[in-house]
Amino acid sequence: MAGLEDLYREVILDHYRSPRNRGELETPPAIMAEGFNPLCGDEIQVYLLVEDGVIAEIRIGGQGCSISQSSASMMSAAVLGRTPDGAREVLRSFKEMMSIHEHGLDGEPISTDDQPGASGLGDLEALRGVVKFPVRIKCATLGWNTLDQVLDQTGT
Amino acid sequence: MSTATLNVTTVKADFPLLGREVNGHPIVYLDSGATSQKPRQVLDALDRYYEEINANIHRGAYLIAEKATTAVEDSRAALAGFVGASAAEEIVFTKNATESINLVAHSWGRTNLSEGDVILLTTLEHHANIVPWQQLAAERGVVIRWIPLDDDGRLDLTDLDQLLDGVRLVAVSAASNVLGTLPPVRRIADAAHAVGALCLVDASQWVPHYPTNVADWDCDFMVFTGHKMCGPTGIGLLWGRRHLLDAMPPFMGGGSMIQNVTFEGFTPADVPTRFEAGTQPIAEIVGLRAAVDYLNAIGMEAIRQHELDLTAYAMRTLTERFGDDLAIHGPHDLENRGGTLSLAYRGIHPHDLSQVLDQHGICVRAGHHCAKPLMKVLGVNATARASLYLYNDESDVDALADGLAAAGDFFAF
Repeated sequence: MAGLEDLYREVILDHYRSPRNRGELETPPAIMAEGFNPLCGDEIQVYLLVEDGVIAEIRIGGQGCSISQSSASMMSAAVLGRTPDGAREVLRSFKEMMSIHEHGLDGEPISTDDQPGASGLGDLEALRGVVKFPVRIKCATLGWNTLDQVLDQTGT
Repeated sequence: MSTATLNVTTVKADFPLLGREVNGHPIVYLDSGATSQKPRQVLDALDRYYEEINANIHRGAYLIAEKATTAVEDSRAALAGFVGASAAEEIVFTKNATESINLVAHSWGRTNLSEGDVILLTTLEHHANIVPWQQLAAERGVVIRWIPLDDDGRLDLTDLDQLLDGVRLVAVSAASNVLGTLPPVRRIADAAHAVGALCLVDASQWVPHYPTNVADWDCDFMVFTGHKMCGPTGIGLLWGRRHLLDAMPPFMGGGSMIQNVTFEGFTPADVPTRFEAGTQPIAEIVGLRAAVDYLNAIGMEAIRQHELDLTAYAMRTLTERFGDDLAIHGPHDLENRGGTLSLAYRGIHPHDLSQVLDQHGICVRAGHHCAKPLMKVLGVNATARASLYLYNDESDVDALADGLAAAGDFFAF
């Protein structure tokens, strides 16, 4: 049985208590996308300011559970200073981590657990445990799907 | 009126699922507002139907087809009696309450409403009683108006007369699926009739819990779903006044719903067959009848009293134990509410709360409960909702309180 500590790792709770890059940016010059989880009513706004080809500022707005909020907070720290393409690379790695585990939900051992850090996601690895709680995957990916939308607006 | 009291130990034993464990704990099922559990009597009825009389209805002239047809029509009659309908023909089988409301919106609404007509809804409504009307509004230029809430989560009827100006239909829940609020349906139906409007009642959260009588409400349409009242999923009901149903065109076309079909066109069947296109969920109709028999054997008055006592116990227990750390949305006086308790606890997100409760085997619903306009008025994105039913007892409430305390410890920051 997956226990609560598998889901609520300390680093997750830390980002939930002290979310990074929380707030808004003026649009324009910043761009913004809004995401909804229609199942639970959570909503999130991701603001990006791209200057000289890199994400110079990022802010996260909205309300949500500890998983959606901490995931978005970690995401903001992970993509700040990257180019839009670099951010897409992180996005892809993160979503792979979520979907690899989706295939492991039938109780099969999850092989990537044996390779901590293999994805190069750093703190975001803490969200690996979310996939043992299938309902919460949508919470963890809400901010990322919204980032995907806002990156589309960068035109790069 | 029956004065029998409900023996919750006996009742609980009728529900096989309530005997299982979840995450190493005996299950504590507090999500009957989403769907109820099913008693052995209903499960057996489904099995018996398939094992003994499975055949399509209103078709074959052989023994089991006749028996299946009779079982469906007996169910219709039993449901008519259960809700105080004057004739079985006023009962239309649908998939669920959502389909029932869509049926009225498409058939009655598109026949009778045009640009500028007003539909009056309440702030309490489930999306099922909002979106079909919004679709009609977008298509026909019908205007939607809303009855507001007061600070206690009851309908604020102060300006009802003004709100009713130009209204053709009032659609109201008999019991809120979020706040447990019990709006004064008869008063609203009377006010609607006074301006020549009709009244539709969404009784999905009412019928499982209280004696129901459409004549007492004096409403014109009433809808509910079977799976919240111990019946199977996939079966719901529309009750309508006979003369209204008679004047309504079919909703869906297909087999069964016709009198005659030619190369040139078709003639629809009489009600209720007119509205029951295609093969019906026969087993579910039979199963729902078993649910009605089950509830009647216990007595709806006894169920109502049991839930009233348990709701009082729950509100007292939670308030005494958690004080200002816990808020129960909606009315606090038991005359105006049922056993649906939407909770806010120490700022812990409902999703996180329900996750911790799940570890203790406790099932509550976290989310917007398909009532996003109401969530906006409450100023929240979501609530954690515990909803009580006939098989719940004080030990379930105590387990909920213990689970909340554990969640508070886990998220104590």
